[in-house]
Amino acid sequence: MIKRNISRRGLMKGAAVAGVGLAAPQFFIRGAYAYTNEPKGGSVILGFNVPQTGAYADEGADELRAYQLAVEHLNGEGDGGMLNTFSSKALKGNGILGKKVEFVTGDTQTKSDAARASAKRMIEKDGAVMITGGSSSGVAIAVQGLCQDAGVIFMAGLTHSNDTTGKDKRANGFRHFFNTEMSGAALGPVLKNAYGTDRKAYHLTADYTWGWSQEGSIKKYTEQMGWETVAAVRTPLGAGDFSQYITPVLNSGADVLVLNHYGKDMVNSLTQAVQFGLRDKQVNGKDFAIIVPLYSRLMAQGAGENVKGILGSTNWHWSLQDEGSVAFVKSFGQKYGFPPSQAAHTCYCQALLYADAAERAGTFMPSEVGKALEGFTFDGLGNGPTEYRAADHQCFKDVLVVRGKENPTSNYDLLEVVEVTPRAQVEYPAEMLGGELGPYNNGA
Amino acid sequence: MVETFKKYSDAILMLVFIAAVLAGPVILEPVGAGYPDLLQKFAIYGIFALGFNILLGLTGYLSFGHAAFLGVGSYTTVWAFKLLSMNPLPALVFSVLTAGLFSLLIGWISLRRTGIYFSILTLAFAQMCYNLAYSVLTPITNGETGLQLSQSDPRILDTAFGRDYGAVLPSSDLFGIEMTGYPGFYFCGVLLIICFYIALRIFRSPFGLMLQGVKSNQNRMNYTGLNTRPYALAAFVISGMYAGLAGGLLAVTDPLAGAERMQWTASGEVVLMTILGGAGTLLGPVIGAGVIKYAENIFSAFNEGTLLSAFSFLPETLQHIAVSVTGLFVGEGWHLTLGVLFMVIVIFLPGGLMEGVNRIINLFRRSTGGGGEGSAQAAPQPAE
Repeated sequence: MIKRNISRRGLMKGAAVAGVGLAAPQFFIRGAYAYTNEPKGGSVILGFNVPQTGAYADEGADELRAYQLAVEHLNGEGDGGMLNTFSSKALKGNGILGKKVEFVTGDTQTKSDAARASAKRMIEKDGAVMITGGSSSGVAIAVQGLCQDAGVIFMAGLTHSNDTTGKDKRANGFRHFFNTEMSGAALGPVLKNAYGTDRKAYHLTADYTWGWSQEGSIKKYTEQMGWETVAAVRTPLGAGDFSQYITPVLNSGADVLVLNHYGKDMVNSLTQAVQFGLRDKQVNGKDFAIIVPLYSRLMAQGAGENVKGILGSTNWHWSLQDEGSVAFVKSFGQKYGFPPSQAAHTCYCQALLYADAAERAGTFMPSEVGKALEGFTFDGLGNGPTEYRAADHQCFKDVLVVRGKENPTSNYDLLEVVEVTPRAQVEYPAEMLGGELGPYNNGA
Repeated sequence: MVETFKKYSDAILMLVFIAAVLAGPVILEPVGAGYPDLLQKFAIYGIFALGFNILLGLTGYLSFGHAAFLGVGSYTTVWAFKLLSMNPLPALVFSVLTAGLFSLLIGWISLRRTGIYFSILTLAFAQMCYNLAYSVLTPITNGETGLQLSQSDPRILDTAFGRDYGAVLPSSDLFGIEMTGYPGFYFCGVLLIICFYIALRIFRSPFGLMLQGVKSNQNRMNYTGLNTRPYALAAFVISGMYAGLAGGLLAVTDPLAGAERMQWTASGEVVLMTILGGAGTLLGPVIGAGVIKYAENIFSAFNEGTLLSAFSFLPETLQHIAVSVTGLFVGEGWHLTLGVLFMVIVIFLPGGLMEGVNRIINLFRRSTGGGGEGSAQAAPQPAE
């Protein structure tokens, strides 16, 4: 009965005022920071944003393992891995700048929206000062844009499209992985040696940005040396059944099939191409050949027997015998019981490179960390001498050309390194891919 | 007392809703959801589900293609940002209009069929939109990478009013209030309240009654000499416009539009939200949207470390057992939690979470002897 004494309007006003009043203090908290999520306590939080569900969940799981290993090593636990072989000795195994490294994880679901929501949670709720991860170029570019807006550093994980450090590059974003342009440049000469200069190529291309960019670079470098491109057919992503695309290849007069596919698509298309007997055929008096421009061990495992003798490029492979790779494979193997994939390697490197840059800069401020990374040359991380180019925040290093092994000794020993293409051969001018970095953003 | 309660029940519902939305950051802080991005998502997907409920809850038409309108709204907003101005108002107006046009077209064709055929038709259209956006229309949608702003965008209105964003990427702002963080949430929150009010008016209107008639027996409606299709089409377009607004808001708070917003999983998600919360109820879809977004963002973030510290009070062996069991349901297993929750609700509370709430209220009334039989409403109809 008492209720009647309160007028509707009064109650409404009261509720609104109370709501705004309660929420108001939240607006003023941010002002205390010199940059977004400046770590004030004894620890620093990094955000690991990887696909845990969806088509790239295998890669994501391996990336997360690598990040956890990196955090252990940064905090001085375990055997130190590549910290011992890394040419920069700034890191001392006591965290970063004396702060213990902690991390938060999230699921990108290989979707830009989910990845951005997850990254935002890390920045707004958990206070992450750096975001890293990604197993697809679309996601990497989306999260990179977000980190630029929010004022944190983004260390890209597995992303192979040119756009990440080309058309869509951002000042706050950095990539260690190679790209389609480098794949093409590295594969070109090897293909020439293996298959000669008079070949007719047929492309099957995953119908999205990465596929087109991969197709473009392979065309560019093979046509330069005299190959002819018979046709380039676009296949929908996640098609599953590629038989309708493979049958026309047989009658096209082509003698090389280029599969610009990644992940499960590549496993399916390659398996079906081999089952159709393409590799046993002779066309134009030459043995029919199949090429997979971007290889990964996880994919080779999926395709099994069918990868034998097939050429492709990769960022890193665990069988490399340099000091850094050996140390990394050893500590990863001890912890998890199997060798790391290239996705794990690039993510581990990115975590170390960020930590090292912050240590050298003496702060976590994005602009200062960025400057410490720009033009930074290093060695001992498994790829030989490497440089973070200042003009586009892209790492330049040797590229591996690999071939499926004829006689694998184990389930992991599926690829052999055919050639290490030197850095000079895969380098291109930064202006070639367009885009602009813009200024650093330190956020609040 | 009961009479006055009933008379003002809508006003009270509205007031409680307004208070809950405005105090959202404080209410949700203890459960770890009180940060701007998730709050914005709650409000935006709340709008999406509210609109969807106008179609599913009132007319019973189950559309499996509403994500298409969400995506169209997002693309329109980003293009409006690029071409016109970073102010969200014109962008949102265009989003709602474009989504309305799309839904008019798709609805006009799909509503020729009912039941499962209608669902399949909408699903097909949405999948078509998705594939167009993903690859064919890449010049407009930027394909897989998603449509983003760039420094070199024309922004005609902003230039005309002499606004210069300099060398940095612009972010949307409402006459100087940035649409990120808490201001962004309150912008979405106010729109959610407006949308809720409109939905309330539709539910209580003769038009709403007509839609409910379509749901309970469309043939009988036709026999009375009434053409029901314009009503169903209107409901379809209204819910499409709600979806367009939600899509636009997604792009306002975070200026990016990606094709996967249109994927069939996104269409399925809004169906789940509505059914989880209670199809045909007013509050249900908003609550359902909140539950799903919460699971997606919070459960998926629990990793082994978090669990170990949560169970640190247990002895070590028990702790590891507890962690390995709960670990199945969080982190990468968050879909499993959602699936179990969904099953439990559909089996035990076919009317969604709102049925649970109503049951508790009725229980309370009976024990106090207050309400009596008259106020015990029939359980809301589950989705068909």
